[in-house]
Amino acid sequence: MNQIDSATRAEPPLLLPPPFLRWFADKGWQPRAHQLELLSRVEGGESMLLIAPTGAGKTLAGFLPSLVSLTQRGKVPPGSAFTGIHTLYISPLKALAVDIERNLMKPVGDMGLPVRIENRTGDTPASKRQRQKLNPPDILLTTPEQVALLLANGEAERFFRDLKYVVLDELHSLVTSKRGHLLSLGLARLRRLAPKMQAIGLSATVADPMDLQRWLAPQRPGENNHAGLITVTGGARPEISILSTEERVPWAGHSAAYAISDIYKAIGGQKTTLLFVNTRSQAERVFQELWTINDDNLAIALHHGSLDVGQRRKVEAAMSENRLRAVVATSTLDLGIDWGDVDMVIHVGAPKGASRLAQRIGRANHRMDEPSRAILVPANRFEVMECQAALDANYIGAQDTPPVGKGALDVLAQHVLGMACAAPFDPLALYAEITSAAPYSYLTWETFERIVDFVATGGYALRSYERYAKIRKTPEGFWRVSNPMVAQQYRLNVGTIIESPMLNVRMVKHNARGALGRGGMPLGKVEEYFIEMLSPGDTFLFSGKVLRFEGIRESECLVSQGYKLDPKVPSYNGGKFPLSTYLASQVRKMLADPSRHATLPEQVRDWLSLQKDISMLPKEDELLIETFPRGSRHYMVIYAFEGRLAHQTLGMLLTRRLDRAGLKPLGFVATDYSLAVWGLDDMGEAFKAGSPRLADLFDEDMLGDDLEAWLNESFLLKRTFRNCAVIAGLIDQRHPGKEKSGRQVTVSADLIYDVLRSHEPDHILLEATRNDASTGLLEIERLGDMLTRIKGHITHRPLDRISPLAVPVMLEIGKVPVGGEAQDFLLAEAADELFEDVVRH
Amino acid sequence: MHRIAHAISALPDNPALSARTVINGVAAVCDPLGGLYLPDLDILVVSDLHLEKGSAFARRGMMLPPYDTLATLRILDAVISRHNPKTVISLGDNFHDRVGSALMPELFRGMIETMARGREWVWINGNHDPDGTVALPGSCADELHHASLIFRHEPSLNASAGEIAGHLHPSATVRRREKYMRRACFATDGKRLIMPAFGVTTGGLDLRHQAMRGLFDHQSLVAHMLGRDRIYSVRFANLLG
Repeated sequence: MNQIDSATRAEPPLLLPPPFLRWFADKGWQPRAHQLELLSRVEGGESMLLIAPTGAGKTLAGFLPSLVSLTQRGKVPPGSAFTGIHTLYISPLKALAVDIERNLMKPVGDMGLPVRIENRTGDTPASKRQRQKLNPPDILLTTPEQVALLLANGEAERFFRDLKYVVLDELHSLVTSKRGHLLSLGLARLRRLAPKMQAIGLSATVADPMDLQRWLAPQRPGENNHAGLITVTGGARPEISILSTEERVPWAGHSAAYAISDIYKAIGGQKTTLLFVNTRSQAERVFQELWTINDDNLAIALHHGSLDVGQRRKVEAAMSENRLRAVVATSTLDLGIDWGDVDMVIHVGAPKGASRLAQRIGRANHRMDEPSRAILVPANRFEVMECQAALDANYIGAQDTPPVGKGALDVLAQHVLGMACAAPFDPLALYAEITSAAPYSYLTWETFERIVDFVATGGYALRSYERYAKIRKTPEGFWRVSNPMVAQQYRLNVGTIIESPMLNVRMVKHNARGALGRGGMPLGKVEEYFIEMLSPGDTFLFSGKVLRFEGIRESECLVSQGYKLDPKVPSYNGGKFPLSTYLASQVRKMLADPSRHATLPEQVRDWLSLQKDISMLPKEDELLIETFPRGSRHYMVIYAFEGRLAHQTLGMLLTRRLDRAGLKPLGFVATDYSLAVWGLDDMGEAFKAGSPRLADLFDEDMLGDDLEAWLNESFLLKRTFRNCAVIAGLIDQRHPGKEKSGRQVTVSADLIYDVLRSHEPDHILLEATRNDASTGLLEIERLGDMLTRIKGHITHRPLDRISPLAVPVMLEIGKVPVGGEAQDFLLAEAADELFEDVVRH
Repeated sequence: MHRIAHAISALPDNPALSARTVINGVAAVCDPLGGLYLPDLDILVVSDLHLEKGSAFARRGMMLPPYDTLATLRILDAVISRHNPKTVISLGDNFHDRVGSALMPELFRGMIETMARGREWVWINGNHDPDGTVALPGSCADELHHASLIFRHEPSLNASAGEIAGHLHPSATVRRREKYMRRACFATDGKRLIMPAFGVTTGGLDLRHQAMRGLFDHQSLVAHMLGRDRIYSVRFANLLG
């Protein structure tokens, strides 16, 4: 909000009260056109969506209607009746809410506006929260979870009755997640409490703005309600390039180790560089390698979501004071916190999505009128093409943000309980309210009833829990909570962010007697399952250090300084995005069009032309399948270009079918670009003989019975189930009086899942789990679209040896651990080798 | 799923790959369904059924599926049918809480009555259900001495040889190609044995956990791990901590 906009209209902004005009004049600024348009349309009664690039003064635009309205209202005189909050600001990040408070207080103070602004997050002390309820501020800055909590309170009606505006920041990032689903339900409730409330959404560029416009407005049958739209285009075009290097670009892998010295040189040539990577383990790796060659001692820091909060805050502070030359970071920095002056963004690894790239590049140079600069560093040859596709997309402004999608049922269950905690509800009225939220407009009455039943007694066909019901129907037909403990339980478990069980990582030293000391420095948190894989003495990379695993004490993972040079690479989780559908199609196009190969580096050009000679380059809508022998095995490589998750699902289903056809597949491995299946029999010969026919093998009906059969015995769904069970309130993460960490939960979600699956496979929570998996973990919809697309376009190339295009996926074989299915097989193998049947008598 | 699914399909004439062992001179068979059969005494031992765990949680506001009792009883039925023992000993924590057996639905009570018909049944009291069972066939006891064996719920630190106990829910982990497999197990060093938990919603405690310390002679300790349809026997030294 501190720069001049050349596109400002010349006409005097009549809408603005005198203090605002004076403030702009004093600063020598002009309000921007979109700020004034937003103000006037909101004053005209519309809900609005503002889409603008970073640095366009979005925040001020979003708050202008509130500030003007509050200025016109003036201070509430002491002794007047209770006045509820006027404006609710909701951001996806706590830190953002705090940041905004600072940024907003400044102009409000300068103009001397009669406005009280406060924030409320999980960190706000109880006394302040209590005071806020009794004496609400004019503008409350908060997060979606806090909104849910406020709405589940008996005072909600009074607290929100005067609400005029809801400002939703970073809306594009909120709406596609379960947090967004919960928030959409909250918005529907706010609208009921304050029928004249208007919503103002602030968003980065998205593929389909209408999705968001509908999200902001109440949906009713037969009506086409949506918020108005203001799009701010322009801003300087980013300067993006792909790293040019003398080094050999590897076939496979994600480390981009080949480019480290080039990256280091680029950092040296700038004041401040942001290095984005896709996963936390990649961040650790890149950070370590940069420091290995950091002869100039450049201030290079590391930032990712697993690190200790204290450490992260230190890095953030150093960054905003411009004390760092570079930060290696994962998506924790994607959202709009002010990070000081960043000259350049280096993206290590392919960005996986065009919109993601645009948003990350937007981090460089927070000024709209200066170009952002970015360098893309592909980690392997396929990524070279992907980077080129993302770069092309960026120039034409293509967007591939995911659609909003249907609201999740586990979130709905949580909301229904929350509404019962607020006040007894009439099911018909609540159903009408819920279906006015865009993500839930699809919800049938029958499903809603099942959810209410689930909330009350678990919704089991065996109705044995009636006497323990959490909510009960009153004689008037209203649902109310059975006892106050239910509300307490709800408050402890609100929210949709489910952490997998984590252990603190703590650095300890051996004392003189060789025993482990206590109370060393905390380094951050790591998933429990990762630690369970380690034996004492194993080394891994974390927090930029090589650490030696010493053991687990209570809920802490103890480590010491490791000295090995080649640590085990950490495989703990961290945003592994699959390739976006849009970029995948662009890569296919590029592959099919030799005239576009000219823009690619020579190494990649040679690789593709070799592929053309030995096998072929598939056409855009063609599915190429190669079969060839190698060693004692036969391979089939499928170039589907649909991302790792969809390929994994395809691999699971395909191996079932091959097995049924008697082809005895032994395993498969999936990358973002292709899928390799191997076995002992010559699959190529079988396909040539038409037994089975490839068209049958890849028929869409694999998503019917085969999928169902696989899901029935799959271990993959268990993790999804655990999340659903916690969000839906079946399993408490925290129980009143017993604040358990994930590690100490006394019931195992896996075992619950087994019992439920085998006894009530149609249970609503299993339905919710399958819904989640089909869009998330398994990407079944995407796979379905692909199978439709390639129908009649399958080309089989039987080869006598591996093709150039097959090399990357073949290199992944052996690196990828087997899934749960093969566990018993491995157990048997281990049993046969490791131990004897010593105890036979 | 594997245990439930397997129990449903388990038939008496479908022999599973059990492991044979000897406890203080008495022959024993570790069944992959989680029961210990003593052929010379014609006794079947199970432990930590934790029946009615789902409803125990439901009373406290967590509506866990009410099917755990049914699932556990089905497996119990399968393992009883396989060995057709004269005596069944349930080694304590038979119910998840004190009121479990009194509040159990009639359907499940009937299943237990059918299983107990024509045999002796002993409910050993556990820490979850110290007051014994209500309205069920069989007798209740804190512990039982028979032949050279002692049956009790909690393993004692200075036990004389021949103790068969439960309570700790032992499990063991092996590593194979960067993959970790953790399974419930029978743990025995030939002198004593600790039973795996039988209930379908009971978790496990690793054999290397400090609660297990001092109970076994590690040199001769073997974990008989419960696999899909066989027992995998692993020496303690080859387990992962």
